[in-house]
Order: sequence, then structure tokens, then C-alpha cells
Amino acid sequence: MYKYILKRLLSMIFIVIGVAFVVFTIMEITPGDPAIMMLGDNASAEDISAFNEKFGLGKPFVVRFGNYILKLFTKFDFGTSWLTSRPVLSTLLDRIPITLNIAVSSIAFASLIGVSLGVLSAVKQYSPLDYVARVTAMIMAAIPVFWLGMMLAILFSLKLHLLPASGIGSWKHYILPMLTLGIPYSARILRSTRSYMLEAIRQDYIRTAKAKGIPEKRIIWRHAFANACLPVINTIGVYVGSLLGGAVVTETVFGCNGLGSFIINSVKRKDIPAVTGGTVFLAIIFSLILLLVDLLHASIDPRIKARYSKGGKK
Amino acid sequence: MADKKTLLDVKDLSIIYTSRNETIHAVNGIDFNLQKGETLGIVGETGAGKSTTAYSILRLLPERTAKVTSGSIMFDDMDLLKISDGLMQHGIRGERISIIFQDPMSALNPIMRIGDQIAEALKFHNKENLTKEELEKQVDETLQLVGIQKERKDDYPHQLSGGMKQRVMIAIALVCEPDLIIADEPTTALDVTIQAQVLAMIENLKERFGTSMILITHDLGIVAQMCDRVAIMYAGKIIETGTVKDIFSKEMRHPYTEGLFGSLPNLETKSSRLHPIDGLMPDPANLPTGCKFYPRCPHCMPICKENEPTNITSGTHIVACHLYDSEKEKR
Amino acid sequence: MKKEKKRMSNFQDVLYRFSKNKVSLIGVAILVVLLLVIIFAEQISPYQYGIKNNVSERLQGPSAKHWFGTDGYGRDIFTRVIHGAKFTMIIALPATLFAQAFGAILGALAAFYTKYVDGILMRILDVFQAIPGTLLALAVVAALGTSLPNLVIAMMISRIPGAARSARAIMLLLVGKDDIEAARAYGSNDWQLITRHVMPNALGPIIVDLTINLSAITLQVSSLSYIGLGVQPPTPEWGVLLSEAREYMQIAPHTILFPGIAIMLTALAFNLIGDGLRDALDPRLRD
Repeated sequence: MYKYILKRLLSMIFIVIGVAFVVFTIMEITPGDPAIMMLGDNASAEDISAFNEKFGLGKPFVVRFGNYILKLFTKFDFGTSWLTSRPVLSTLLDRIPITLNIAVSSIAFASLIGVSLGVLSAVKQYSPLDYVARVTAMIMAAIPVFWLGMMLAILFSLKLHLLPASGIGSWKHYILPMLTLGIPYSARILRSTRSYMLEAIRQDYIRTAKAKGIPEKRIIWRHAFANACLPVINTIGVYVGSLLGGAVVTETVFGCNGLGSFIINSVKRKDIPAVTGGTVFLAIIFSLILLLVDLLHASIDPRIKARYSKGGKK
Repeated sequence: MADKKTLLDVKDLSIIYTSRNETIHAVNGIDFNLQKGETLGIVGETGAGKSTTAYSILRLLPERTAKVTSGSIMFDDMDLLKISDGLMQHGIRGERISIIFQDPMSALNPIMRIGDQIAEALKFHNKENLTKEELEKQVDETLQLVGIQKERKDDYPHQLSGGMKQRVMIAIALVCEPDLIIADEPTTALDVTIQAQVLAMIENLKERFGTSMILITHDLGIVAQMCDRVAIMYAGKIIETGTVKDIFSKEMRHPYTEGLFGSLPNLETKSSRLHPIDGLMPDPANLPTGCKFYPRCPHCMPICKENEPTNITSGTHIVACHLYDSEKEKR
Repeated sequence: MKKEKKRMSNFQDVLYRFSKNKVSLIGVAILVVLLLVIIFAEQISPYQYGIKNNVSERLQGPSAKHWFGTDGYGRDIFTRVIHGAKFTMIIALPATLFAQAFGAILGALAAFYTKYVDGILMRILDVFQAIPGTLLALAVVAALGTSLPNLVIAMMISRIPGAARSARAIMLLLVGKDDIEAARAYGSNDWQLITRHVMPNALGPIIVDLTINLSAITLQVSSLSYIGLGVQPPTPEWGVLLSEAREYMQIAPHTILFPGIAIMLTALAFNLIGDGLRDALDPRLRD
């Protein structure tokens, strides 16, 4: 198992390099001279060359990329902002708690609601409850996150005055962002949990369990759900990625200064190193989450565990 | 027929499956019974209604589509079709009647240790209030009975071969020492060499515990080896029953049974080819009137297309075929 | 010839089962309305009303004259929502189609040449999978800018990895099947296998994937516009409408209600149709 974790961490290094390469390449096609973009059309030749010197520009792509990777792995240097000349990492570290709070709370909310209602809906297939849950989930999965955020803000802050509509302070500020992201994703998780549960219930081993005469509750949880939760965990893992993207938008709705609003502002101001650094940083977090999902999966499914400990290929 | 030693008495059982646009008549008014300690073979082609009959005893048929339209299944003075779900679950299933399924590959939970899967049945039918250690010990003993070392109880199904998985299934069925075991083609999914081993083991254990058994198969060889009595099913009806001797003797044989034997290679007589039954089983959504077998029957008479044959009894042997109507009048 | 006939009847079968599914027909109905709105936008309400400022009538509630009310510049929100459909779809539709086509090609290559191509492609997809789609789109927008073609490219790039991954999974299942093995044994070459056996069978699941992706892209387009990195004002894309309405959230909530409902209905329609198609392709899933 340790060997597997080590292997996965190693492959993560390559993924990080790959992500950096992709983002670097995309940024490379930005038209225009960065120095002129930052300093303005009237910048003097000295200022421009000083700018290029300071940020290591003007060298060939391979050299700049090589330097970036080297600094990233040796010094955890995510680059330096063109705008503020501050290391990107320090800004990222300032802001990541807000984003993580939003993302983690909404994933927890979405998994709890989505999985439990999904199981219930599958077990009571074709009942009124199943019907209502499916229709609601169908609609909720189609709601744009930012619109739901605004509607919730209108309802809970502007009309009912229960919760703050923007900014970050106490835990109360996190409730609306959590619901905003959590509701659409609980709908998605409900839908996949339901279909994986229905698939599991159809399996022969459920019939075996029934024939053994054990209580229905145990059949549902210990046999059907224990098997259905493997693909459900994977699905949730994949949703975390799009949820992180959604968190970026949610931060804008509620005016939280998290990682997302930092990246958006950097895109708007063409602060390329900040965009690169922010994206690579989020990609690292997401890869860690995917690794965690895989480990969780392996710890539940003995077949996968066996394949891993033999050092076999995935 | 039904004396005090009768364990299971099925009367006039009919089961249909309904789907969106058709009704499938899977089982059409069958009667059979089983004495204590006896093994009854149910023989027939795929789709004859054997498994449906077997699952209906434990009420394991799919709830939404399958429906029992008539009949009773008496087991120890209880009608299994009428008792409460609760009694069915904790009083019958696993405890007094257990079942061995056809495909051991998919019948075990892939993410649960086999020891736990065996212990599970025991834990929920813990009549004698055994302690945890005693339960474990019984699991170990059962594993050894089916020829698996007790050290392997922590294995997962994917670590076992097909034959071993079926042994685990048998262990699950045996562990609560039930009165009746239903074996639904227990060896069909196994290699031929392993089939014999598993059958011998089932036979052995059955003798040892004095368990009654219903053995579902399409293999007459297995019937000869294992069974006391046989029921032959065709298109949801039992068309012939009797002791193994009755069925294997050539007297008063149903033409379908004749056909089944014709499909077997016989090493003693030097016939150069097999004589399989022509045609296919009728569509159970569209059964013919009269005898269900007449479209394929080499002895088909006009009456066969009109009237359904009634049972003709000769000692322990019962046949439903117009060919022997004259025998009936004799009696 | 015979084979052609069978495929046809399969297709009709799927259509028949789909048409029996009332819920997905709601999706079709919404989509038809959307199409009509896009085609006849100018006839329903001239673009002028949605783009010309009229300060004397700003932030009015819904009325007979302005069905959805007016926005902060006194523009008719109904007109803006009607014309917004076209701007959202003109990005979402081609982006999804191209992404799905590229994805299908990559998926087919990977499923067929499992030895090298699959390994390399999977490693590349692993890299892309680590970048959340919205961020990838943001990065492309940061580099290219926010013109309509660039937005299509950004959306497309952010979807290709997902589309390739699911196309590969679909085709791997098919390549392993007996009929493909049989065709290979009869001497069909790879090209024939892909075009005659794999693609026709993969088409159904890929269309399902496409429909569901359309829903996701519609949401993504409007959310990019909402954060100011998609379609730029005053063009009446739905996300732009919501972005502009934000400052009037407190005093004129109706400015937020209608564009949001439009986005939701569109995404819902694609989801309903995708679900219905999936059920129609595999009737077993329904019971």
C-alpha cells in the first residue's frame, strides 16, 4: 500500500509538471509584449528591459519553463506577480483558507444530502418520495450556481435579514456560499447515487443476502450500498474539480476574497504569473483530493487493494 | 400422498411475469411434494419455470414483475405464500430453507470476507445465543465441512476459484442447518471435473444432516446420481413425476421425457447419433391450447391440440399425456 | 443491405422508446421553443429595445409593456432575454460539437491502439483532469481575450478532456465485444472496424454525452460572462444580464429572476433529453 502511495505521489509530480506546461503554453500565446502591457505604451526602453530582467522574460520558452519548474520544486516558488512584485504563493496562502472553507463545507453538505436521499430514492423506487426527489434533483442540477447564490442572497439576507450577503467574517458568512454550491452538487450526487444503488440492488449477491434471511436494513447498507459507494466516491471525486471551479464563481457572488477572486482579477489584469501560479496551485490541491479518493476506494474494495499491493498497473 | 412426513407440499402453483406489453405464464398450476430427508429433482429445459418455482418458495421473485396467481406452498403447516414478511425473513429464509444459486461468480458479495458472509446468516438466526467465539468456531467447522481450510475465511471472493466459491455458497446454505436446501443448478457454472466433486460433497453433507433437498437441473445424469424422485417440467407444467426408477424405466414415459433421454449419448447401445427433440419450447407469453408439448411431439394426436391431458397415476409414477389415456380407463 | 435495415429499425426503436418518455418530451418542447425564439427573435421583439438605453423607464417591474420589466438602463429585459438565447447558444453549441468530435476521435484512437496511444493519451488526460474546467477556460480567456470565437475555443478546450475520456470508455467496451472480434477475424482492417462497427454503435452513448455536456457548457458560458470574462456588455448574453443586474439585487429582484430561469430551462432541457436518450438506448436501465 505504501508503495502505491509513493508511486501515486511520484506520478503527481509529473502531473504538476504537465499542468504547469499546459498553463505556460496557453499563456505563451497571449498576444503583445508583457512589459508594454504592464508598464503602458509610453514606457521607456530602460524600464522595459528592467522589467524583462526582473521577471526573467525575453529568454526562450524552454529556459523560462525549466526555471519555473526548478523553482517550483526546490523552493515552492509559484512565480512573482507582475503587478505587485509579491511572490504569488504568499497571496495564495493568504486566500486559500476561504476557498477551502467554502469547498469543503459544500462538498460535505452535498455528499451528505445527495448520498442519503439517493439511497432512499433507490430503495423506494417508483414511490412518491422517489418521484419528488428525482424531479427536484433534475431541476436543481440545472440551476446556474451564481444565480442560485443571488436568489439565496435576496431571500435570506435582503428579505429575511437572517444571513450576511457578502464578505467574510464569522461562520454565518459561509452558510450561503455552502448552500449555493452544495445544493446543485447534492442534486448531481443524488442522481448518480440513485442509479448506482439501483444497479447494485439488481446484483445476484443481493438475492443471496435476502435468501440468508438477514434484515432488509443490513441488505441495503452492508451489501447494496457498500458496493454502490465505490463508484459514488469516484463520482464525488470528479465533482470536486468542477466544484472548485464553481467556488471561483461563488466567491464573486458573495464578494469573498478567496483564491477564485484572486485568479479572476489576475486574468482581468493580465497578471500572467499570478494566473499560472493560481491554476497550478489549485491543480495540486485537486490532485491530492483525487489521490485521497483513490486511497479511500482501495481501502473499501479488496480487489483494487490486491491489484495495488501487487504493484500491478492501474 | 401427503403423509405426516411431508415437509413441503406445493399445490396448484401458478406464477406470471408481467411486463409493459405481455404476460408470461412461467408456472401453470403445478403440484408436487417433498418428504423429510428426500431429494427431489426438478428437470427441464431453460425457461421451463424451474427456477421460478424454486424462488417462489422463498419469495425471492422480483416484486414488481412476478406475481403468484394461484396455489399454496405448505411448509410445516405454514403457507409460505401467506406468512408475514417478517416471519419469512427471520423464521424461514436461511434458517429453515436455504438456497444454493446457479452462478457462484456473482452470488457472493465481492467486498465482504467469505467468513463474514457465512457468519452473517448464523448471526441473524442465532437460536442458541452463541457467543462470538462460538459463532466463529461454527463458521470454521462449516468451512472445513465444505473442504475449505478455515484459514481462508478472511479471503475475499475474488481470491477463490469458481469451485471454491460454490463451496462457500454451500457453506452459507448449510451453516444454520436448515430443513430444506434448494439447489438451483449448483454445478452448471463449474468445470466438469469440479462438478463431480461438488456434487459428491452435497450428497455427503445431505446424508449427514438428513436435510431434504430440491435439486434443479437439466442433467439427467445428475438426477440418477443424486435424487430419490424426479419431476419433469415443460412450459411451466410438471408433465411427469415419479421415483428415479419410474422415470428411467421405459414404461409409460412422456414423449418429452423420451426426447430428453434421446438427447443423451448412450455408451451401451451403439447408436451412431443422438435424437434431440425437434423445435423449441413454446413462447411462454403465447402458450398453445391443449398439451403444451404437441407442436414438438412425434406422437401428436388430434385430441392433444384440443384438451390438456390429465394426470395418469400408476403407483408412484404420474404422467400427463393422452397417449396413456387408455391406461386410465383400465384402472 | 440486411444489416442496414436492422440498424434503421434499431434507430426507430430508440426513437419510439424516446417518444414514449413524457418527461424527455418536455425537454424537447423547451428546446423547440428555444429554437423558435432564436430564429424569430427579431420578429418577437426588435434587438433595438434590448440595446438602447432609456433612462426614464429604468428598473420598472413587469408590466403589459415590459413583460419582464426593465433593467438599470431602462432596457426591456424580455427583449434582452429573447436575444440572449442566440448569444449563449452560438458559443455553447459549436464548442460542445467540436469538443465531442475531437473527443470521439481521440477516444477511438486510444481504444484501438491500446499499446502506445492509449497510454500516452491517458497520461495527457490525467494532466488535464487535474485542472478544473472553469479554470482551464479562464486561462484560455486570459491568453486570448473575450471575443466570441475565442470563447468558443476556450469552452471547447475545457471540454475535450472529459469528452475524450468518456468516448474512450464507451469504445473500450465496444472493442472488447464479440462482434468486433468476429469482424476482425474475418479480416476487416482497423479503419473498417472503426467506421463500420465501433462508431455506429458508439454514436448513441456519445450523443447522450453530448447532450449532457451541452447543459454543462450552457451553464459555464453564462457563468464566465457573469464574472466578466465571457461575452462583454452590452451584448445581451444571459450571464451578462445577471452580472449587470447584480447591483440592483436589492431594489429590483425581477432583473435577476428571468435571465436565470432562461438559463435553467435550457440546461434542464438538455439534461432531460440526454436522460431520455440514455433510457431509450438501454431500456434495461429503466426497471
